[in-house]
Amino acid sequence: MDIKAKKETVKIVIIGHVDHGKSTLIGRLLLETNSLPKGKIEEIKKISRTLGKDTELAYLADQLREERVRSATIDTTQIFFKTRKKKFVIIDTPGHVEFLKNMITGASLAQAAVLVVDANEGVMEQTRRHAFIASMLGIDKIVIAFNKMDIVGYEEKIFDKVKNELSIFLEDLDVRPLFMVPVSAREGVNISRRSQKTIWYKGPSLTEALESLKSDREAVKKPLRFPVQDIYEIGREKIIVGKVASGVIKKRQGVIFLPSFKGAKIKDIRIFKKYGKRKASSGENIGLVLDRSFPVKRGEVIIQADDPRKSVNSFKGNIFWMSEEPLRVNKTITLRCATQEVECIAEKIEKRINTSTFDLIEKDAIELKLNEAGVVVFRTEKPVVIEKFSFIEELGRFVIERGYDLQGAGVIL
Amino acid sequence: MTYLDELENKTIYIIREAYARFKNIGLLWSIGKDSTSLLWIIRKAFFGKIPFPVIHIDTGFKFKEISEFRDKYSEQWGLDLIISRNEKALKREMNPEKGRFECCNALKTEALKITLKERNLKALLLAIRRDEHGIRAKERYFSPRAIDFKWNYQDQPPELWDLYKSKIEAEQHFRVHPMLHWTELDIWRYIQRERMPIVGLYLAKKGKRYRSIGCERCCTSIKSNAGSIKKIVGELEVTKIAERSGRSQDKENSYTMQKLRSLGYM
Repeated sequence: MDIKAKKETVKIVIIGHVDHGKSTLIGRLLLETNSLPKGKIEEIKKISRTLGKDTELAYLADQLREERVRSATIDTTQIFFKTRKKKFVIIDTPGHVEFLKNMITGASLAQAAVLVVDANEGVMEQTRRHAFIASMLGIDKIVIAFNKMDIVGYEEKIFDKVKNELSIFLEDLDVRPLFMVPVSAREGVNISRRSQKTIWYKGPSLTEALESLKSDREAVKKPLRFPVQDIYEIGREKIIVGKVASGVIKKRQGVIFLPSFKGAKIKDIRIFKKYGKRKASSGENIGLVLDRSFPVKRGEVIIQADDPRKSVNSFKGNIFWMSEEPLRVNKTITLRCATQEVECIAEKIEKRINTSTFDLIEKDAIELKLNEAGVVVFRTEKPVVIEKFSFIEELGRFVIERGYDLQGAGVIL
Repeated sequence: MTYLDELENKTIYIIREAYARFKNIGLLWSIGKDSTSLLWIIRKAFFGKIPFPVIHIDTGFKFKEISEFRDKYSEQWGLDLIISRNEKALKREMNPEKGRFECCNALKTEALKITLKERNLKALLLAIRRDEHGIRAKERYFSPRAIDFKWNYQDQPPELWDLYKSKIEAEQHFRVHPMLHWTELDIWRYIQRERMPIVGLYLAKKGKRYRSIGCERCCTSIKSNAGSIKKIVGELEVTKIAERSGRSQDKENSYTMQKLRSLGYM
């Protein structure tokens, strides 16, 4: 007997310029879908009185004291709400440039993004940057919420103007938004239901748009990729543990370990208290027992024996740099991809890109600075197994570390 | 994979990752439903025998049902159990009348610091979830703590995909939160599916039960007739009352939880 989830959960990140109303929008979504725990509204009103501000729905997402005083979000929060058709997890994100690294973390867990744009102010630096980062991180489902329509009198002309401005920019990025919705988070217009105030608008409300988003299917027909996470010695057996990144692994299957190229057959697939497991597919965390014994290390990748995939010492990736210390050509850094961890250098920075204008700053750069993006050729000290991000996500995304900190993130296109 | 399988798989990955990167780790087990679920999953991750210690912080105020459950299952599951107590504070008769903040800090947080040092643990596994409390919602899966246990919530490391931050200065330690993505309802559904043993305090007796348990003095029960796990699941599917509404340290002052956490509380 197993209990399936009654509704799918869709993970959404809300992005956009600070003060364009992201947190207020979240508060409004929670209110209108009846997802607030009892007592929350009273608590917020009480706190607002103490701080001398008007009750703002945005306080729901702003749990940290500093945020209430400063009236802007600092860090990411996960908030749950549900409509009749679907369950959502909303990851609120901050808008200030200084908290960009936190924003990246929020965005990286999402399947879809809601980009909030102030219809009165139009497309700003953060709007451009966030849309770019979302597309860089492979979030291809984007819904645009043109907020604060109340301030511009719900005028169709203004909506069209801002819509066009954004469309032109997004086209450059190769981002196709699924919906563009005129809303007012403050007044609750077009959030769950279409409003008479925008009678000229024929599209769905924001929640209707969100409900229509489909979640992705698992990668089942892709080739086997199993990055070794660890090796446990239990009894006298060696059990290799990890998560199947793509494809299927089967009992009695012939496999090869990259980069060592050692071969073996799968003797057994282990899951605690599950017996007779013949195969495992993408997403399953399992143990493997081989028919032979040889040293296996974390970071090796198991593939099917007849798979022509080879490991490489060099590859090209699109990266976003998140550290104050710039990325410099030929300076040693650490690359992490799935369970692989190797030293490497940026051999060439082919393009250096300004992420707010999306302008090419220069070609063949010697460094990438904070918040810049780049097309970089990496050379690794030891061979690695990588894939295109669009083909096998787990092996198509990587981070760069130096010392103790995460400094850059990238995808292989 | 079902929805619960997905949650479980993600948790197993994080647990194994923590062990692979830090080796010298420990699980904080409050004997509650969340940490018992985490313990259950850890047993799965290591195929039955957990290769690191399981820590129970004993404040002296815990319900007796808790110690009974703890002793029974630590033996049955062959756990390396550490009972962590702040003996000095207990001798000085620390209790919630001296202030809930002071009591939680002394009997829980300080006790934990002592144990961490004694066993030289590099990382702690905790079963906190994002939907429990606003301040916990801001947590990361791998969260560094400074040498004095302080949590720098304004400057948290980014966490991308499943590549978690894991290198720190020698004196720091990590908090690892493999259950962040589970909701209260998910936990109960999982307990139901797995037929997991759970402390009886959660089940209704004479019209009352505990939805969240901590020390006996600072927990209040709720009205409920849910005397079985199936009924608890049914009750949760419709409720709008927050899980921790019976926990005094959450009520006292809106920022108590935040203050406590910034000093190293769970």
